[in-house]
Amino acid sequence: MSDLVPGEPGAGGYRAAWHSGSDSAAVAEHVGFQYAGIGHQTGTAQAGLWLFLATELLFFGGLFLLYAVDFTRHPGGTLAASRETTLWIGALNSVILLCSSGAYTYGLGLARRGDNRGLFRMVLLTAALGTVFLLLKGYEWYDDIARHLFPGPTFALPAADGGALFWCFYFVATGLHGVHMIIGLVLLAWIGTGARKRRYSSAYYTPVEGVGLYWSFVDMVWITLFPCLYLVGR
Amino acid sequence: MIGLATASDGARETDWLLGSLVGASALVLALVMGLMFIYVIRYRHGSGLDRGSVAQKTWRIEVGWTAATLAVFFGLFIWGANLFIRINLPQDNPLTINVVGKQWMWKIEHPGGEKEINALHIPVGRNVQLLLTSEDVIHDFGLPAFRLKRDVLPGRLEAMWLHADKVGDYRVFCDQFCGTDHSAMIGTVTVMEPADYQAWLERNGASTSLVAAGQALFIRYGCAGCHQAGLSGGGGTVRAPSLNGLFGSPVPLADGTTVTADEKYIHDSILYPKLQVVASYDPVMPSFQSVIAEEDLVRIVAYIKSLDPHAFAAGDRPQ
Amino acid sequence: MSTTTERSLLTLQQRADSYLTDERTIWSWLLTTDHKRIALLYFASITAFFFLGGAAAAVMRLNLVTPEGLLVEHEMYNRLFTMHGVIMVWFFLVPAIPVTLGNFVTPLMLGARDLAFPRVNLTSWYLFIAGGVMALTGLAAGGVDTAWTFYTPLSTGYSHGWMMMVCLGIILSGYSSIATGLNFIVTIHRLRPPGMTWYRLPLFLWSLYATSVIYVLATPVLTMAMILLMFERFFHVGLFDPALGGDPVMFQHLFWFYSHPAVYIMILPGFGVVSEVITAFSRKGIFGYKFIAWSSVSIAVISFFVWGHHMFVAGTSIYSGIAFSLLSFMVSVPSAIKVFNWLATLHKGFIRFNAPMLYILGFIGLFTIGGLTGLFVASLGTDLHLHDTYFVVAHFHYIMVGAMVSAFFAGLHYWWPKITGKMYPEIWGQIAAATIFFGFNMTFAPQFILGYLGMPRRYASYDPGYQVLNVVSSLGAVVLAVAYLMPLIYLTWSLFAGKDAPSNPWEATGLEWQTQSPPRTENFAFTPVITGPPYNYPRPEQRQHV
Repeated sequence: MSDLVPGEPGAGGYRAAWHSGSDSAAVAEHVGFQYAGIGHQTGTAQAGLWLFLATELLFFGGLFLLYAVDFTRHPGGTLAASRETTLWIGALNSVILLCSSGAYTYGLGLARRGDNRGLFRMVLLTAALGTVFLLLKGYEWYDDIARHLFPGPTFALPAADGGALFWCFYFVATGLHGVHMIIGLVLLAWIGTGARKRRYSSAYYTPVEGVGLYWSFVDMVWITLFPCLYLVGR
Repeated sequence: MIGLATASDGARETDWLLGSLVGASALVLALVMGLMFIYVIRYRHGSGLDRGSVAQKTWRIEVGWTAATLAVFFGLFIWGANLFIRINLPQDNPLTINVVGKQWMWKIEHPGGEKEINALHIPVGRNVQLLLTSEDVIHDFGLPAFRLKRDVLPGRLEAMWLHADKVGDYRVFCDQFCGTDHSAMIGTVTVMEPADYQAWLERNGASTSLVAAGQALFIRYGCAGCHQAGLSGGGGTVRAPSLNGLFGSPVPLADGTTVTADEKYIHDSILYPKLQVVASYDPVMPSFQSVIAEEDLVRIVAYIKSLDPHAFAAGDRPQ
Repeated sequence: MSTTTERSLLTLQQRADSYLTDERTIWSWLLTTDHKRIALLYFASITAFFFLGGAAAAVMRLNLVTPEGLLVEHEMYNRLFTMHGVIMVWFFLVPAIPVTLGNFVTPLMLGARDLAFPRVNLTSWYLFIAGGVMALTGLAAGGVDTAWTFYTPLSTGYSHGWMMMVCLGIILSGYSSIATGLNFIVTIHRLRPPGMTWYRLPLFLWSLYATSVIYVLATPVLTMAMILLMFERFFHVGLFDPALGGDPVMFQHLFWFYSHPAVYIMILPGFGVVSEVITAFSRKGIFGYKFIAWSSVSIAVISFFVWGHHMFVAGTSIYSGIAFSLLSFMVSVPSAIKVFNWLATLHKGFIRFNAPMLYILGFIGLFTIGGLTGLFVASLGTDLHLHDTYFVVAHFHYIMVGAMVSAFFAGLHYWWPKITGKMYPEIWGQIAAATIFFGFNMTFAPQFILGYLGMPRRYASYDPGYQVLNVVSSLGAVVLAVAYLMPLIYLTWSLFAGKDAPSNPWEATGLEWQTQSPPRTENFAFTPVITGPPYNYPRPEQRQHV
């Protein structure tokens, strides 16, 4: 029978199961009762987020695999089809997204120093840039569809060559990326609201970090998507 | 109760492997269940038996049974893989029969153009190559008596090799779910003595053979406009490879590799010409996907197969 | 062990204060973040889905009593087996043990007060329910007749029905799985008590960890497969239709990349339950702890590399067939090791035949048969004959139903006193275990023979020569149905009229038995410190008497 000894939380070098009592009252209200302290909770939240991002990697990974197979089977058609993408929008969007990530990271730094107002302004900037990205993307889709680039009976390019498969990949990948951006905007709104309520401090900024991780990931997906869609073939 | 016929050597070999698997499994099951029963009775609570001590160095036992399992499994894998490879090896001088599956029937066409629905007549003792394709969804041509099956895919030609050595009637099942009447997509393979098979062919003679029908289609679809076939064809402004003697010969491709022109190569070149472009030729051949039906493709391929390299007069040279 | 005073102290405590009685409003249940209540919410949902899927199977087996299949039309039969597959796979088997027993027991085994992310846990239940409702709506409204495998181009171009709805339901259930898996992985890493090293974890948690790794890494690929399927069905762009330049076999790759690891999701937690129950009812430590632990991990890893064995005749190359066949044989080795280790655990134990143990003994038999028959289909030469016949149906039902459901019932009966604070009637548990074992074999053993004889699967009608074996199988299904109803009845009865359970009715090791039955909401009054290995039963030579 494993011996049960009333133990000091944190004894034995392992994370104990709940409050060590060493957090300040303001912080303690944010700590769940299954955690030993704010540090334990933050570390666990980060672990969870990284694991979630791993699942997202496999999610987009399947799609990129489809692209890779298509490219290997029909190199000519894929290259020709990718030349029809609108490079200036893709490039501008990439810059916008990178700037938005930069803005958020700066905001995270402010949150770490307890500057809720500064964080709020940066979150606003990030959201604004993200919205511009989505608007440009929406216009780009409108233009693509008007040029008959959506695969189907009215498809402008020869279908069997791999052109249709490329444009399938284009719409599914940018569509899913867009959905992730919209979810990101909702998360930004949540952080912004919290910042307004002075919720974050130098001791507690876990959600800000978490959303930052997510936003950076969405950015990374775009960075990988951009060359596959716009640069290959040019 | 139904019994299972054995129509070929391959079937017999598969039965050997199956039987051995059953034997090995029975042994293992007897061992596991036997030990389990012995232990739970011997060592039940209240049996009063002196248990003595338990083994300390257990890793030797662990490694032992792991190694034994690995060895047995590896042996079984080799046996199965070897059988599989041999079953799929091309056989000499086959009788090639085309099978087209569609919801919910099998359409079979013999080289002489004889057609059947849901039935396949083949001669005993002869190598038979079935070329399978589908007109709509994925089906599966399953022959339990031969212990064989192969998925039948739309837009693709798959080959299945048979060598029946017993006369009789055997079942064909569709073995890939294909819609409402999947369970009605069944047929019969009739293996006959060669003389009977010939007689059957004569009784069911087609008006034109596959090859003749294929030649007509070759002209109708404009293939002759670019490709030389027999004494005619080609000679226009477009430079295209001659098809005389193409079947079975090596073809150098634009990407540097060389492939052998089999039925699949010919079939795919008509549907997806840009996939494998012949070296030194421009990729200008149009695709005939959705233009030529699978059944007509079968005839065109049969015609191209029949083209003899020596079927042109001394003065003509292939382009 | 407990004196009369202790026992009454505990029962007093029970009546006063447990997670069941703490709050009693409906909202305290529907908005709970308590892992124990969430486990019960899941348990109710899983049970409902199990009986729904089972009802579909019952109609199918009735229809198969006659060769012409006179009970239902072909179209209806096809919808029934699609419904049976979709419900049983995604809404019963994939979640079953982790979301019910896993949710309840994991923090208790860790001496923790809850999982790492309680709100994520509740969200996962709601995702599950939403997905289930969507899928059921689709299946019931127009029905889907593509089989649970949705092969293209049948599903994208030729079948009618509410496929999109069902696919969306499956996607939502997938996110529920991902959330659950994420929760377990992080909890096992971060919420272990002082002294609990990885090699002191109960084996149930090792198996849950391995299962969660598969949840988290395989399910996203299913989501992508479903999204692409819906995209193709809606827009007909040509992804999987060769007439438009696509490749139908590509769908099979994407689908089976998830669906093969998924079957290990189904069985790995069962392995964990076996280790817990077999030690408790042999009153003996597990033989080969490290081998059993690492065999779970290796199964999880290798499972990602065998998906092609579903496609040996699908038009993939001979080389791919050889590679996948070899790997499929390899993935069976760790499972075999587990069976040998469990047998060695029984050796020199002190066996009791309570219901959980009977279920586990049945598991060992049924799993061995299921696993061995897996070799028949892993072997290239024999799969050519057995693919898509009733042999495969029998093989996977032996594992998924015979083994896995036995393990589920074993765990349910084992932890029932802890979960409900009541004892189930032991004699009925034993009768049900025996009836399930008998009914199951009667239903599925004939199907091995049917498959060898060539009877294809997914056939609404069949050649008359197959009838005798089909009738035997259908009769077995009746016995099995009755057998499954038995626990439903006596377990429910025990909730109202069962004996009160002590905190450790089986005198087992494990932290979950060191707290009251049922537990308080916060599980433990203090953090335990672990100073020894799990399954620390006295060694046989240390016992004076039996």
